[in-house]
Amino acid sequence: MASTAITAGTEPVFHLEEEHAHAEGGSTMLGFWLYLMSDCLIFAMLFAAYGVLGGNYAAGPAPKDLFDLDLVAVNTAMLLFSSITYGFAMLTMDKGRVAATQAWLAVTGLFGLAFLSIELYEFSHMIHEGATPQRSAFLSSFFTLVGTHGLHVTFGIVWLVTLMTQVARFGLIEANRRRLMCLSMFWHFLDVVWIGVFTFVYLMGMLR
Amino acid sequence: MSAHDHAEGHADVHGGAAHGSFRGYLTGFLLSVILTAIPFWLVMTGAIDDKQVAAIVIMAFAVVQIVVHMIFFLHMNTASEGGWSMLALIFTLILVVIVLTGSLWVMYHLNANMMPGLHDMREMP
Repeated sequence: MASTAITAGTEPVFHLEEEHAHAEGGSTMLGFWLYLMSDCLIFAMLFAAYGVLGGNYAAGPAPKDLFDLDLVAVNTAMLLFSSITYGFAMLTMDKGRVAATQAWLAVTGLFGLAFLSIELYEFSHMIHEGATPQRSAFLSSFFTLVGTHGLHVTFGIVWLVTLMTQVARFGLIEANRRRLMCLSMFWHFLDVVWIGVFTFVYLMGMLR
Repeated sequence: MSAHDHAEGHADVHGGAAHGSFRGYLTGFLLSVILTAIPFWLVMTGAIDDKQVAAIVIMAFAVVQIVVHMIFFLHMNTASEGGWSMLALIFTLILVVIVLTGSLWVMYHLNANMMPGLHDMREMP
């Protein structure tokens, strides 16, 4: 009885339930995934442009005259190796081993650099032979698509070096782990795009 | 940092995002080496005479390899981020399919119909 008397006497109080606190960076992975998906759409547009324009040689060189599949195979291997070494970097990061993580990241960066060097060599070779981007619609769309992918790899390497500096300075703190995981997604995503490039551009180009 | 802190921090940061294991990465790597080598071999040796069939086969290998990468390297599954990353992926895939097939289809027919001398324009509606 006493308790009902007390509650009857006081004003009922309603609380707006406050949104519970989110851990810092809790939504970063999803946000970064959404960025990757929008990046995927950029590549889809470039693939579509290449698919439409890829046959317009303007009496210039065709894929068969330009592409060297051995070189592309080596290039693909470089990117695949860099993917697995980045995976090893993530595994050592999970164990909290700073030196091993740094070493695997460095190996990944070197494979990335090898990929870029081979691609730049291929581009310079093509341009030397007169297959410049302004030669035909095929070459314009080729350089745009493959160049955009190469640019992504370049920025990936810049990001990798930045994160290695961060890890060297602050160790494997939570923020650095999160950043490394974002770069991991970015790096593996670039590998997925490269599957599309070597299939759709190089292999199908040789079949044409 | 103790083991307990470590585990807790992880649970906070990426709620339920799957983690790779050594086995998973190695499986993914071996599969993608095989799935890369076969199409390259097919095209380099010209093992399939019919070019259209060859193109379809290497496209199929690419699709399988993309799925392998998604599962073993990007750790995609229906549970991570409460299913939102999978939803975003499906939405993106639908857009990609519309963009690619739409562009190729429309432009192919445009090319076919705009060939000079193919039609007599006076007969067009």
